Amino acid sequence: MFYRESGQFKSSYAADSAIFTIAQDRVFIAALLALSFVAVPGLASDYLLSGILIPFLILSLAALGLNILTGYAGQLSLGSAAFMAVGAFATYNFMIRIPGMPLLLALFLGGLCAALVGVAFGLPSLRIKGFYLAVATLAAQFFIEWVFTKFSWFSNDSSSGVISAPAMQIFGYPIDTPASKYLLTLAIVAFMALAAKNMARASIGRAWMAVRDMDVAAEVIGIRMLRTKLLAFAISSFYCGVAGALYAFVLLGTVDAQAFDLHRSFQILFMIIIGGVGSILGSFLGAAFIVLLPICLNLLGQVFHGAISTQFLANLEMMLFGGLIIFFLIVEPHGLARLWQIAKEKLRVWPFPH
Amino acid sequence: MKQTIIAASLVLATVAGSALAADQFIPIPSYRVGPYASGGAKFYGGMIDYLNYVNLKEGGVGGVKLTYEECETEYKNDRGVECYERLKAKNGGASAFNFMSTGITYAVMDRADKDKIPLMTMGFGRADAQDGRAFKYTFPLITSYWSQATAKIQFIGQRLGGMDKLRGKKIVNLYHGSAYGKETIPVLDAMAKKHGFELKHIEVPAPGTEQQSQWLDIRRERPDFVVLRSWGVMTPAALKSAQKVGYPREQIVSNWWGGSEEDAIAAGEAAKGYIAGSFALDGKQFPVIQDIEKVVYGAGKGNLSDKGYMGTVNYNRGVVSGILMVEAIRAAQKKYGAKTLSGDQIRWGMENINIDAKRQQALGVTDMFPQVRTSCQNHEGSGYTRFMQWDGKDWKPVSGWIKADTSVTLPLIKASVEKYVQEKGITLRDCNAEK
Repeated sequence: MFYRESGQFKSSYAADSAIFTIAQDRVFIAALLALSFVAVPGLASDYLLSGILIPFLILSLAALGLNILTGYAGQLSLGSAAFMAVGAFATYNFMIRIPGMPLLLALFLGGLCAALVGVAFGLPSLRIKGFYLAVATLAAQFFIEWVFTKFSWFSNDSSSGVISAPAMQIFGYPIDTPASKYLLTLAIVAFMALAAKNMARASIGRAWMAVRDMDVAAEVIGIRMLRTKLLAFAISSFYCGVAGALYAFVLLGTVDAQAFDLHRSFQILFMIIIGGVGSILGSFLGAAFIVLLPICLNLLGQVFHGAISTQFLANLEMMLFGGLIIFFLIVEPHGLARLWQIAKEKLRVWPFPH
Repeated sequence: MKQTIIAASLVLATVAGSALAADQFIPIPSYRVGPYASGGAKFYGGMIDYLNYVNLKEGGVGGVKLTYEECETEYKNDRGVECYERLKAKNGGASAFNFMSTGITYAVMDRADKDKIPLMTMGFGRADAQDGRAFKYTFPLITSYWSQATAKIQFIGQRLGGMDKLRGKKIVNLYHGSAYGKETIPVLDAMAKKHGFELKHIEVPAPGTEQQSQWLDIRRERPDFVVLRSWGVMTPAALKSAQKVGYPREQIVSNWWGGSEEDAIAAGEAAKGYIAGSFALDGKQFPVIQDIEKVVYGAGKGNLSDKGYMGTVNYNRGVVSGILMVEAIRAAQKKYGAKTLSGDQIRWGMENINIDAKRQQALGVTDMFPQVRTSCQNHEGSGYTRFMQWDGKDWKPVSGWIKADTSVTLPLIKASVEKYVQEKGITLRDCNAEK
């Protein structure tokens, strides 16, 4: 009933190839964007903005990057955090070494650097596949973390190797309040998510999916392996690089190679597995699950403050989190995005399913 | 029915009571799960126990009750930022944060500056935050990594029978391959230059479980001492590897991250004789620990799940952290009055902590940690480190409190502060004008 498209006719090619073909979806997305761009920055508390929404958006962007590579192009990668680190350190160096560098340009260049590194580490994908490729990208993870720790030039010879972000501004407007940081992140994430959605629907996305489903067949029908695979690596790393720069500058305010260790790569991989491999929406749902659920459990645990030992409570949260992951993977192995799709189909015929 | 009414009125009375009396809120960003949970649970257990102790014993500080709320950081930077944001404005505003994590502290430093909430970075750093003119809200109380590195070399000098004996000796700095591990290299280099010993830096890739080749190197070099800058699993691994190549553990000196029971017990027999620095001694012989056991655990309000952990190094560190927090609140109350104080007022208190021998006696902490006297200019307040040796069961002190060599640290701090000030575009505070 809620998703009935009867009466909605597509009378032009443009209408047929729109991102959201159903009016209900368009209304929903417009409302969501209006809510997040207008209502949230005005109404939400500082805690909600900088403690929850900003990390959620940034990690969604990283998950989106990995989803392009793993979900659409089928190339398994364990180096997402390394590409985030490249983005963060490159952006930092552009900012401090070139006076008057605009923030957005530095972010873009940081992303480009990550893309270049991604292409370099994507080269083995032309020869090896699957788990073997995952191990090759693991090399990127260790190598890049080592480079940033070993060569202090990258951190401007700071004695502790941890560097703090310089003041940020866009067109003279300072980015220093939680609301302005949130809006900057949201604008970048929204724009890049739209771009990802369109790439996935365009010829390049179809080429990626063809490679993912069967690369020999894809080559036979004339898809150039080298270009397609490396482009997936480049674009995925670009997304991760921008996410890493935002993570360092907007969320933490410091750049530290240890913040982008293997755990972060795994975290991002879990996001797309739980959210849905090969789905833009899944990246967001997965990030929400992995980032927000532990915080919600911790907040919930505070209700029992004093009644139960905090030690027990902290461990209970971890157990619940693990249990929920298993629960959702059993209920729907294709991820939360698939659950949402099923819900939509059910709503379409509700309340008379027969 | 009657009972219900009585119970309800009791609840109401306590609610009303707590609403009327002034509270001072102390955020506890603890880590009780994750890789460092065993240390975190004891550290924050000790800190909470001390706060409860002050509440039970004196009814709070100057009649102002201390309240707290925990938030789990898992020792992760992003979770730490979330906890900071969650707790900073709660219950009348946070007094001061103590994350016991360098990464989280760096991540919230700018925020804390803006929110005017002090950060305690007891025992770590950043080392240059000692200069309160540039780092108004960061307090590396008692000792920073740099101060401790100079104390280490002085301790080695003592062992050799005088600082002049260091000349021509060979010391290896075995460090964790991370920002943390590399932090003391410039200080050790400066010490080597000053005292004329040969210094060799050897890196152990993080996390530090694999050290075979490094120790073969050390065996070839035959240094007189090995300075260990280890962390977590690297400490027991180093001790075991040292045993394998036959390097005497009596000549391995670590900093305080390698100096808890967890570090030594994990290495078993190999840890015997090993030496580590400390800014808070372990043991239950201190009157304050015994009193906490009586007052807090006697009332069934202890935070530890196992009372047996009282007196461990990490627990005592937590108690010291609680003491410094409470002393800062006391100092601030003297200036601003006994009421709920803001973070900025606590910052003033933290700049005016004065724990001299007499105060140590009154607190029951004589010899547990060095005397602390902070000022606007000096956020460290002490700089002393004491060294302990693991005898297979307990840590035993093997030196007095050794003062940091400020002739080495101060010029490095000055250079680092100048760079920071320039990078951030801030101006130094004038401490003389702020009396």
